[in-house]
Amino acid sequence: MKRLEQTFTDNRVKEETTLVAYITSGYPSLGETVGLIRAAVDAGADVIELGVPFSDPLGDGPVIQATGQAALDTGTTTAATIDVVAEARAAGVEAPIVLMGYCNPFLRYGLTQLYDDARTAGADGFVVPDLPVSEGGPWLERARAADLGQAFFAAPGSSPERIAASSAASRGFLYVLAANGVTGVRSELDPGIDAYLERVRAAGDTPMAVGFGISRPEHVAALHGRTDGVIVGSALLRAVGEARDAAGRRRAVTELVSSLKAATR
Amino acid sequence: MNGRFGEYGGQFVAETLVGPLEELEAEYHKALLDPEFTEELDRLLKMFVGRPTPITELHRLGVTENGVKLWLKREDLTHTGAHKINNSIGQALLAHRLGKKRIIAETGAGQHGVAVAAACAYLGLDATVYMGRVDAERQAPNVQRMKLLGARVELVDLGTATLKDAINAAIREWIAHPDTTHYLLGSVVGPHPFPTIVRNFQSVIGREARAQFLEENGRLPDVVVACVGGGSNAAGMFSAFLDDPVRLVGVQAAGEGKGGDGGHAAPLLYGEPGVLQGTRTYLLQDDDGQIQLTHSIAPGLDYAGVGPEHSHYKDTGKVEYISASDDEALDAFAALSAHEGIVPALESAHAVAGALKVARGCEPGSTVLVNLSGRGDKDLTSAMAALKQREENSR
Ligand SMILES: Cc1ncc(COP(=O)(O)O)c(C=O)c1O
Repeated sequence: MKRLEQTFTDNRVKEETTLVAYITSGYPSLGETVGLIRAAVDAGADVIELGVPFSDPLGDGPVIQATGQAALDTGTTTAATIDVVAEARAAGVEAPIVLMGYCNPFLRYGLTQLYDDARTAGADGFVVPDLPVSEGGPWLERARAADLGQAFFAAPGSSPERIAASSAASRGFLYVLAANGVTGVRSELDPGIDAYLERVRAAGDTPMAVGFGISRPEHVAALHGRTDGVIVGSALLRAVGEARDAAGRRRAVTELVSSLKAATR
Repeated sequence: MNGRFGEYGGQFVAETLVGPLEELEAEYHKALLDPEFTEELDRLLKMFVGRPTPITELHRLGVTENGVKLWLKREDLTHTGAHKINNSIGQALLAHRLGKKRIIAETGAGQHGVAVAAACAYLGLDATVYMGRVDAERQAPNVQRMKLLGARVELVDLGTATLKDAINAAIREWIAHPDTTHYLLGSVVGPHPFPTIVRNFQSVIGREARAQFLEENGRLPDVVVACVGGGSNAAGMFSAFLDDPVRLVGVQAAGEGKGGDGGHAAPLLYGEPGVLQGTRTYLLQDDDGQIQLTHSIAPGLDYAGVGPEHSHYKDTGKVEYISASDDEALDAFAALSAHEGIVPALESAHAVAGALKVARGCEPGSTVLVNLSGRGDKDLTSAMAALKQREENSR
């Protein structure tokens, strides 16, 4: 947890937006995942959100759905993803890594075992998109016991009371959904986003990271000062998917993350 | 309502949907206390849906071999031909109260889609129905009916292109438009408050059937049987008998009949608890928690999950869950048609097949009430093809 908190604090002091890069574990293969994490971190990603694939990812649009399915097809599991974290640490990756995944595979793994193993592997927290605060009790208990982060969500339609509850419950950061809908590349930020982010800011002190639809440096630049962090996923995975070989995929990550990073200052 | 049935149920959804679900629950409670709503619902159930539906005594099935009296609750005689319309009318009225003019829904067998399309056409709402491509192919007449009734039909190619994938597509669409759209979920599945609301709208089946059976027989049935896909017709039927000394039996789809070795859609027999599509319930899943492929000849039963209330009833033993295979359902489909003059939906044929198994173990003179959830017109092509195939294989 400390590493995650420190990252947001350091960037706040520097007046830089924390850049969170989402990568699907096992896409396009488990063998390449650590290399892609490295590429993202070396290009300036402050935090890695590592996606654990699920057969029915209700919060995800076509891009991330397809990467998850491809990862499942090559045998990626929750256990294998935790191993990826350990390998990334062994390879010298120091940035915080949070695991993003849906309830069912995590419950199947067993919450106590999951949080213990994630911690041992060197992970820093969890993001579970189908887990609202009202269902989060047992998960938070494990997160506290393992000293790991646990991000809950704010949505554009969330009441002030709900945003406050999500913010207060979140450990590490609050995941602020930039728009209604599932993950995916969007060309424009929602016109009402400034007022919404002010409401979120007023609801609590937990660092906030805005995700869903953030894909271009202009988006990141436009959000500077309005949020502690931004999360980029579909755009990154689309770039990975369009590249031809492993070196091209690492290069695609380097290029996009570098351009996004430049917009965080 | 706390949204739990023992350790099952809940609201495992994206934060985006929590507000709309709370709004739906609040409006539902207000509506129940509003005579204008309840009277309008009763009126529509009578004048549009055609309620009450009768109960019918069978003369041959169950009687000839086992001396057991089978009675059917005739949901096949509702407008649009299945119990789904009871819930569709109720939720469409709720959506109207919520000021939501756009309705989205999933469908497996197409019966829920047709019911939604009809209710929306009648009440002046805009309907979009998500349906797996595989299901659309095997229930083609219902796709045509939905379109004729003015609904947009969106075919879903994801996953296995069946009911679960249609629900995924509908939920994703709802997440994109939570303020303007009502998701008219068709079974007792999904996040709270759907399992409770849908069960309550379907409870009219049990209320009517119990009173009708008492009136005809002067006593309650010994056994009540219903098929369980998501579990809405069963939940509605059973709801009236929970405090009675009546054996309740839910019938799941055993598909290829290989027991627990796959090729079925019977999470209550072979599944393990987990979270899918907003609720904690028994699921067909692998060791990594990925949802498994299912199979049933009946698209309305072809689902890896089940309503959380049924999971609770399984654990408490309140309801017994058995299964019927594709073959057994086809036998019942043919037998009910030829010997009793009633063509059942393939889903409902599972209930009849299950009832015949139950009858074999009953004392002569016992009575079994079966919910005939829908009629079989939609299944003629696929059932006739399957029967023909079977005949060829046996030569
Ligand atoms: C006729 C009929 N019976 C049963 C079902 C299964 O649904 P449930 O278990 O919710 O009643 C369906 C679903 O499409 C159906 O069309």
